[in-house]
Amino acid sequence: MILRHFIIALSLLLAAALVMGVYAWHMRGRAAATPAILTDAQPVVAAPATGPTERITLWIAYDDIGMLRAQSAQIPMPGARQQRAEELMRALVQFYLEKNSPHPLAPGSEIRSVYLVDPGIAVIDVNAAFADGHRSGILPEDLTIASLIQTISANIAGISKVKILVEGNRRETLAGHADLSHFFDVSAMNQLSTELQSTQ
Amino acid sequence: MLLTRWRRTLRGANGSAAPKKPPKPFRSLNWRLAAGSGSAIFLFIAVLLLAAAPSEKRLSIYSTAANYSVSVVQRQGHDYVGLLEVLEPLGTVTSKTDGPRWRLHYDNVLGEFVNEKTRARVQGRDADLAAKFILENGRGLIPVASLSSLLPRFLGGPVTFHESAERLFIGSVATHFTASVAPDDSSRLIFHFSSPVNPSVASEPGKLRLIFNHEPVTSPASPTLTFGSKTIPSAIYSEGNGTAEITVNTAIPLMANFGNDGRTITLAPAKSQPQTAASVPAPPKPQAALAPPVAQAPAPTRRYFAVIDASHGGTDRGEALGPTLAEKDITLALARDLRQALESRGITTLAVRDSDANISLDDRAFFTNTSHAAVYIAIHAASSGHGVRIYTSMLPDSSADDQDRGPFRSWPTAQLSSTSLSQMAAAGTADALKRIQIPVRVLTAPLRPLNNIVTAAIAVEVAPSGADVSSLASTDYQELITGAVANGIMSIRTQLGAAP
Repeated sequence: MILRHFIIALSLLLAAALVMGVYAWHMRGRAAATPAILTDAQPVVAAPATGPTERITLWIAYDDIGMLRAQSAQIPMPGARQQRAEELMRALVQFYLEKNSPHPLAPGSEIRSVYLVDPGIAVIDVNAAFADGHRSGILPEDLTIASLIQTISANIAGISKVKILVEGNRRETLAGHADLSHFFDVSAMNQLSTELQSTQ
Repeated sequence: MLLTRWRRTLRGANGSAAPKKPPKPFRSLNWRLAAGSGSAIFLFIAVLLLAAAPSEKRLSIYSTAANYSVSVVQRQGHDYVGLLEVLEPLGTVTSKTDGPRWRLHYDNVLGEFVNEKTRARVQGRDADLAAKFILENGRGLIPVASLSSLLPRFLGGPVTFHESAERLFIGSVATHFTASVAPDDSSRLIFHFSSPVNPSVASEPGKLRLIFNHEPVTSPASPTLTFGSKTIPSAIYSEGNGTAEITVNTAIPLMANFGNDGRTITLAPAKSQPQTAASVPAPPKPQAALAPPVAQAPAPTRRYFAVIDASHGGTDRGEALGPTLAEKDITLALARDLRQALESRGITTLAVRDSDANISLDDRAFFTNTSHAAVYIAIHAASSGHGVRIYTSMLPDSSADDQDRGPFRSWPTAQLSSTSLSQMAAAGTADALKRIQIPVRVLTAPLRPLNNIVTAAIAVEVAPSGADVSSLASTDYQELITGAVANGIMSIRTQLGAAP
């Protein structure tokens, strides 16, 4: 009789341990998938993947109000300038790929690489999914470009021109409107960003 | 095979052994015949209905400030016009909606209207309308029949309304005319107008018609004029749907020649054009006897004041605004409306795209630059946000290779010298939209072909009026927007036109 009760109790304990293990595994996966982007309102320091975390400013596009807003975040930043730029852009794109993104990008959108060329040139190379699946429209495309360029120029000093490539190639427009065929002047983009921070 | 069986069946029907029920192929043929006939009847009725459909009604308004037209809509069996659209070209107008109440300020005059009520108040005094006032999406509609009583209260002066012809004259703006045959040549008829005119001229056997779409030409003492000439016995004045027309009855083909700065039109027998051996055959001309205005004046360098560009087209559908709603179709509809709105205000307008055609961005810019127009307006449509967004060019970073060289402009930065004009056009257009309470933003964008245009260039992106994207396809909404954009361009016409 005692043995039977013991077996039942042990089975229940094992089942509970198994359930808790699965839950812990699930939570670990979610934690790994969540970007380490944090707003000023909820400052939390995330554990760095590589290197120490750093507070940076992301310029986030909001489709519903058609605006651009600065937002602080703490992300792991490598030491080398070019890798820093890449991490920054990837963090931004990752933010837009989240479930409740204020400016959704197409699934599979990625930053392939970022090149910093002196004097003051940044080349952002996005993948085909980024451009092919981008929502068409002057404002959504304007917001994406302004968000990328403002974010990189605000956090990496000395960038005055930005070129956006798709799969390493020059492309006419992002999704039918925004002209990607030339270098963007960062000072002109600053003006656009100012306009996009106002509803007027 | 089917035919053979049918013949066989017909023979059977004539003979003694006619089947009680047609065999299956015959029944199938009957069905096909019925279906074919039905389709034909349906198509015929559809064509008849389309042919019988009334053309859009417009009210032409003539004033010292501008000659323009507004669309007339039918509501509850009456003709209505938007009061704000009527007054806007004449002065400063603002309107405010407060539930069923609608207040309109014209300069210092306040008008108060209540939805579904026939009584309004203007400057604190009651005014009775011929039918109920209608408030639609913030737009105040008044019955056309009340214009002659209501407008003098706002304008402080008399108006003359030819209601059956949909023509409204504000103040003493009428253009009068006389017509007489030349004393030395009875085959020449000379019209003298009190103001310059530029009518469309069309001929048909036995008649030549002068059609005045924009001029406040009014009837002479008698609408029928007789000249005692065998070749040109008479002319008849008529007016309707916002236009005036003089029909000249003639026994010979006539050609119209303009002179005296558009104040004189001389109709003379058409001469056959001598052809030189080396000349290239001209394309066949329509029967219209057109002649250039002011024959001896130097050719103007600017034939069109505005260029309207319906963005996208052909395989480039633009944004998918809905399951069946493509941006390219909405831009085309808006561009056509805007062209009409501008031309009705006397602004000559050229359309880059008037069909579902593929046109490259470079071609659009080239087409615009060679037209020497004063302003370029690209039309876009979007599902996001609401109201209207107006864009000017965000020029790219120019490298050493992109600099202007002498008289040659750099293609990627051709807009550089016109940015202030473009900003002025954007501001003027935004002001006109704000006046009718359309939400509007002015932004810059890296948007081609704005960068490649050498004159004032803006892009007008129309978003839905509310949450419903289908409002983009609404004719009323489109006309509201294009009317305001046209008013905006009108308001800065002088500054734009003065630019080289």
